[in-house]
Amino acid sequence: MIAQRQVWGETLVELGASDDRIVVVDGDLANSTKADLFAAAHPERFVEVGIAEQNMVGIAFGLSTLGYRPWLSTFGVFLTHRALDPIRMLVSQTGAAVRIAGAYSGLLNGRSGKTHQDVADLAIMRTMPGMTVLAPADEHEMRAAVRWAADHDGPLYLRIARDAVAPVFDIDTTWEDWAPRMLRDGGDITVVSTGVQTSRCVDAVRLLADRGIDARHIHVPMLKPLDEDRLAGLLGERVVTVEEHTMIGGLGGLVAEIVAARRSTQTVTRLGLADGWSESGPDAFLLDKYGLSASRIADRIVGVHSRPVGTPGV
Amino acid sequence: MTHHTASAEELEALARHARWLVLSTVADAGAGHIGGPLSQMDLLLALYFNHLRIDPSDPHRDDRDRFVLSKGHTAIGLYTVLALRGYFDPAELATFDHGDSRLQGHPDMRMLPGIDASTGSLGQGLSVAVGMALGARLQQRDFHTWVLLGDGEIEEGMVWEAAYAASRYGLDNVTAIVDRNGLQQYGWPAGASDRFDRRDPWAGKDVGAIFRGFGWDVIDIDGHDHAEIDRALETACGARGSAGRPTVILAETVKGKGVSFTEGTYRWHNGIATADQLAAARAELGQPETVGVAR
Ligand SMILES: Cc1ncc(C[n+]2csc(CCOP(=O)(O)OP(=O)(O)O)c2C)c(N)n1
Ligand SMILES: [Mg+2]
Repeated sequence: MIAQRQVWGETLVELGASDDRIVVVDGDLANSTKADLFAAAHPERFVEVGIAEQNMVGIAFGLSTLGYRPWLSTFGVFLTHRALDPIRMLVSQTGAAVRIAGAYSGLLNGRSGKTHQDVADLAIMRTMPGMTVLAPADEHEMRAAVRWAADHDGPLYLRIARDAVAPVFDIDTTWEDWAPRMLRDGGDITVVSTGVQTSRCVDAVRLLADRGIDARHIHVPMLKPLDEDRLAGLLGERVVTVEEHTMIGGLGGLVAEIVAARRSTQTVTRLGLADGWSESGPDAFLLDKYGLSASRIADRIVGVHSRPVGTPGV
Repeated sequence: MTHHTASAEELEALARHARWLVLSTVADAGAGHIGGPLSQMDLLLALYFNHLRIDPSDPHRDDRDRFVLSKGHTAIGLYTVLALRGYFDPAELATFDHGDSRLQGHPDMRMLPGIDASTGSLGQGLSVAVGMALGARLQQRDFHTWVLLGDGEIEEGMVWEAAYAASRYGLDNVTAIVDRNGLQQYGWPAGASDRFDRRDPWAGKDVGAIFRGFGWDVIDIDGHDHAEIDRALETACGARGSAGRPTVILAETVKGKGVSFTEGTYRWHNGIATADQLAAARAELGQPETVGVAR
């Protein structure tokens, strides 16, 4: 198991050897995000700007006007929240080829706590017109995503987890397209997940099978743009979305929008973080307390499954 | 709300104890910052033991002096001082970063009495302090507001927006202290003139002149010299009500101060000491086996 941030850094080093459009703009966190690998390999295309996230975005945009494809490197929360205005004006409104690396996304950030937890990145970034929003499940899909990004024109947000998860895909994964993928078919309930929460959901679905619930499992690696018809066609009667993200406006919001807009009869239950702030603590503690560990997810899904079909989701 | 007075010798002993608590607590938690908490320690002890008008038994008193730890990542350093000053039992330090704790990775004013402002996203604390100082003026209250910033932190634009506002409003009831420990988390490779193993965030720039340009008074001190710290805090506080402009204390410090293997090494921005390192540090700091975090 390799952490996504490690793979992100290694893949940029590899791509940077032959693609001199790639530059990395760092906000004093390269040794956390693993952009330091790129700094060591390609020092001439590594720009340290210090602790100044809005400045980072402005500089990256300026570089992009000269044909560069800059990656931003800091904790994601300081980009998606603190530097949101330059992102919306300079990057989204111009369609610039700036890559926003949301490092240390979600709840698990090495115990820094709520000040550093980015649990609203997907909700925020998917409201940015023209923004591609990627949330790979594991190290292998991360490698594929970074490679894919190299030839993508336009702005992009990539959700990156700090800590390793059990791999979901094979080492040589490359996707023809980034549409939702069915990882397992099953008739009792449809579990839709994104990001590294998909890895934990693979375990949860296995636990459900042990408890007699046959779940279909769908992974959404790219929230935007999204083939909504394809996703809608994969949904069974009872749908549960699961994400390491606030239950408001992320994957759950997206699926609920799709279902509601089609006046479909499915019930959608959104599992994610409740509308409140979390805290500092070890990964296992946080996943358990905030209901995102495989066993907590399985328990919560059993609860949904035990209700009659047609019971409103939450 | 008495002025506590600790002698230089007492402060020295407290500093050794507090530095050990930082190192051992972080090692026990398996996460946390070291360099910044150690560099700021002498400044915080001087504030909390000799200068702030506070009452640990009544942490929310209206007329208390305010303290904002703008460099919120160095929370464990502040928690240690608060514990030693009597805000809570030092045994509680063992809960730091463990989950279900009042001692969050970054200070949370809603959880721990004694924390005047929540921080953690760098660059915001000076604005908070300016707001407190403006409020005090509006309400004709005579407390002083102190704010501690990092030398990497002051790369943030918001700091300078606040510096502008403080002098625009002629606030002499707020004092900023910059922990000039010469390192940030990653920064740039060191040059010939740098004190440590990475570049000083302000190498080739004159921080004092920048603050003066913004209309501040500037005091330069050695941030580990008790007499100099004492004089500077006295002068800054004494300006309240008369100077008509804010003061900044630029405190030259050593990141990781007090433990030989952490001093001046950027990699000890954060880190977990090994058992051998802990033993060495304990000996250097002259701490008996019975002191520290035991779980
Ligand atoms: C807005 C923001 N950007 C980045 C960080 C991550 N970060 C935490 S500490 C740190 C370096 C701080 O350096 P400095 O201010 O010099 O503090 P010290 O040396 O005293 O530890 C960084 C980049 C943060 N907490 N907030
Ligand atoms: Mg510093």
